[in-house]
Amino acid sequence: MAKLLDKQRYKCAMGAMQTVQAIDRAIPVLHSGPGCAQKLSNSIGSSGYFSPNIFPCTSINEKDVVFGGMKKLHSTIENSFKVIDADLYIVLTGCIPEIVGDDTEEVVTEFADSEKPVLFASTAGFKGNNYIGHELVIDAITDQYLEKSENREKGLVNIWADVPYQDLFWLGNIRELEKLLKELGLTPNTIFGYQRGIHNINKIPKAEFNLLVSPWVSVGNMKKMEKKLGIPYLHYPTLPIGAFETSKFLREVGRFAGIEENKVEAIINEQEKYYYYLIERYADMFLETRVMAKQFSVVADAQYALGITKFLVNDLGLVPAKQFVVDDTPKQFREQIRKEFENLNYGLKAEVSFETDGYKIHNEIKEHDYHGYPLILGSYYEKELTDEMFGHYLNISWPVQDKVVLDDFYVGYTGGIRLIEDIYSVAVQRWN
Amino acid sequence: VAINLDSSNVGTRENRIGSITGYIGSLSDLANQSECGTLKGCSRCFSQSSTCLSQCALGQLSAIRDVAVIHHGPSGCSVASAGAYYLDKVMAKKRSITNNTVYVGTDMNEEDTIFGSSDSLGKIIKEVNKRYKPKAIFVTSSCATGIIGEDIDSVVDDIKVELDVPIVAVHCEGFKSRIWATGFDISDHAVLSSIVKPPKIKRNTVNFKNFYESARPEIIEMFKNFDLEPIFLYCNSTVEELEHISESLATTCICGTLGNYLGNGLEEKYGVPYIRTINPLGIAGFETWLREIGKVTDTTEAIEKYIVEQRAIYLPQIDEIKKELKGLKAVLGMGPGYTFEVSRVLDELGIEVAWALAWHYDKKYENGDVPPAMEYLLEHDVDFEASVADQQNYEVMNILNKYQPDLYLSRHPGSTVWAIKNGTPAVYVADEYMIFGYKHTLEFAQSILDSIRNRSFEKNLAKRVKLPYTNWWYEQNVDNFLEEVKG
Repeated sequence: MAKLLDKQRYKCAMGAMQTVQAIDRAIPVLHSGPGCAQKLSNSIGSSGYFSPNIFPCTSINEKDVVFGGMKKLHSTIENSFKVIDADLYIVLTGCIPEIVGDDTEEVVTEFADSEKPVLFASTAGFKGNNYIGHELVIDAITDQYLEKSENREKGLVNIWADVPYQDLFWLGNIRELEKLLKELGLTPNTIFGYQRGIHNINKIPKAEFNLLVSPWVSVGNMKKMEKKLGIPYLHYPTLPIGAFETSKFLREVGRFAGIEENKVEAIINEQEKYYYYLIERYADMFLETRVMAKQFSVVADAQYALGITKFLVNDLGLVPAKQFVVDDTPKQFREQIRKEFENLNYGLKAEVSFETDGYKIHNEIKEHDYHGYPLILGSYYEKELTDEMFGHYLNISWPVQDKVVLDDFYVGYTGGIRLIEDIYSVAVQRWN
Repeated sequence: VAINLDSSNVGTRENRIGSITGYIGSLSDLANQSECGTLKGCSRCFSQSSTCLSQCALGQLSAIRDVAVIHHGPSGCSVASAGAYYLDKVMAKKRSITNNTVYVGTDMNEEDTIFGSSDSLGKIIKEVNKRYKPKAIFVTSSCATGIIGEDIDSVVDDIKVELDVPIVAVHCEGFKSRIWATGFDISDHAVLSSIVKPPKIKRNTVNFKNFYESARPEIIEMFKNFDLEPIFLYCNSTVEELEHISESLATTCICGTLGNYLGNGLEEKYGVPYIRTINPLGIAGFETWLREIGKVTDTTEAIEKYIVEQRAIYLPQIDEIKKELKGLKAVLGMGPGYTFEVSRVLDELGIEVAWALAWHYDKKYENGDVPPAMEYLLEHDVDFEASVADQQNYEVMNILNKYQPDLYLSRHPGSTVWAIKNGTPAVYVADEYMIFGYKHTLEFAQSILDSIRNRSFEKNLAKRVKLPYTNWWYEQNVDNFLEEVKG
């Protein structure tokens, strides 16, 4: 049912075009109104090989609403091959063709014998938000393109994480996850970002297992792949940030992959040594910064709300105030995620609110006593609010206006250090 | 075409003033065909994505201070609210004021497309009113609500009686028009029909329609010389200011595409003269515009004095820099409110226009005339190849590849980067005041010079990137996908 979306923090399912855009040399072909791409794109990091104004689009008009736009879709796909040099074409349908009943599948099927693969995903805006849209694209790839493989490549692991572009740190994070798996002696396979494209998609069925690092996004994708491709999956719900969680992550992945425990412990030991070499040198700053309360709130999607809460509690010894998950997490995942928030060191439990109404979130933050200047990690909407509370603010979730990220990341041991750098770069600007 | 403020619906530019998005030929042919009524726009059997008119409409309305925009549709439609929030905050901060405008969505889902959601919409409107006590409420549609026939007019009418603030339905389905500038008309229509009141007194004010008021302080200063006071619209406008714009001496606009609906509406409805000259860009533009303001507001003497003073300061400097620009060749792509204006300024600076693209073209302005910027060029024997394309990037790239100009100028986000990837220096004419008056004409000339002086950035990049278009496309004529032209 329609609801008041006050201070909105996600886009619609058609935002899946950014998921396609994140696959090297894959292009979304839009069967939609003329302006969906520009609206749904971010203006940051969006002038790569393909950008929203390169995306072919049927630019549906009033006539197409009445007579249907299948002919236009056909000519748009046909000419996309001629004009755009891509490896993979994914047709995404918007609200209009879905409501007027254009048979997109029929048109796409006509291109089944093309030299380049053409897939389609039904991503009408009313089908859900862009987290759901992201899943729809991965499902489309699984359903329409991937085939079960009889051969498995030893040590090959597909890594899946949260939504490109919606996640400010998507590129850096996934590269760092790859690095962590390489440390364990595994061969990571990912489909997003620099030089990851159709050849990585082709490798998916050969993997020994899928590793999903997300509280809930893509759980459905993993199940589908398990069923169709026979690939088992490990679901690690917490984005590992900092030493505590990253070591736990490595142990769990190591166990699942059947890697010798000694080997995993040796890797962890080495990583933690350097991590604590850095922490030791700056521990005085953490302790003696006079302007930061011990309590914090994160306002972000489930991924960052959970990952950052665990990091700040388990690594830095802060105490969680209420945390806000704003990605409209499907109901069936909420209990499980709530449990993760209650599983913190020293029996600490973080209260979590699944809330999409920014007005309510802001009221709750304003009403909470942080016993000092709060630390708020959130979207741009929290900037002014935190200012009013004389708190410290870091823009880590969408919408982002206060930070430029090219390939920075918060994942892993190094990612934890980067997050500390960002938080204290804000805190040190004040004395008391 | 008369403006009907009794209906909440605005005709599209295509239907109202015969606007088109597909044409390839020359400036003179475009003008001739417009005049004898033979001009027909072409459609394309291949196109790339462009812009949604709702973004123009609601971008305008959400810039007004302390109002509420309620965008009834899926969450993708209202995603512009995030950008609007940011802009409202930073634009207000620049002037040390506050803007508490809210722009919310209704996160429509599949069920709503089947059963409708006007009840929910009604509740949302009341809740927004309770939370924020906005000074006006704009309730807007989307493609999805438009197609399922959600009756937002009735919802608004029902609630109107309960609220003591102006509330109006704004129809901005993205499929209505290929021309996103229709969105500007939609926002003007909403303001005219719900906020503007009939004049009580006459004031020495001039309505100044613009985007982000960067030249506000200097225009206020300038107008003091003529004993006039500008009212900038709509960024940072208050509802109270808007109520009184019918009392101004005149309406003017930095961009004809942006302002002509409001200008004509105020003239037609309340007799406020609309300044219809070429725009105040470049020397001829600035002077022609100022003189017309002088005529309309009876301040000619002060204005002539101002022109003499300013000419003495700036013309020698502009003449100096022109020597270095002479002989450069440019391609430009902009909305029609700028393309033909900037072409004139380039000609003034001695830069040859090889090709000009307009994102759309209005055959006639609201008063029935051919756009003055084009008329001016043709009267001064300036002609060049011209096309009309709704930001079709592949056409721009085809042209840049064929003409290899010294310079590409564009006004829309995400467009200049493609020229740079082609190795062509590009000037992003983003700020609407970038070429305003003598001072900014000089700055504009300087920024062109600086852009072509150091080509390191684009050369470095162009050397390393592959363009996304096939060789096949570069070998085609630009009009390859235009349908009617090819017969």
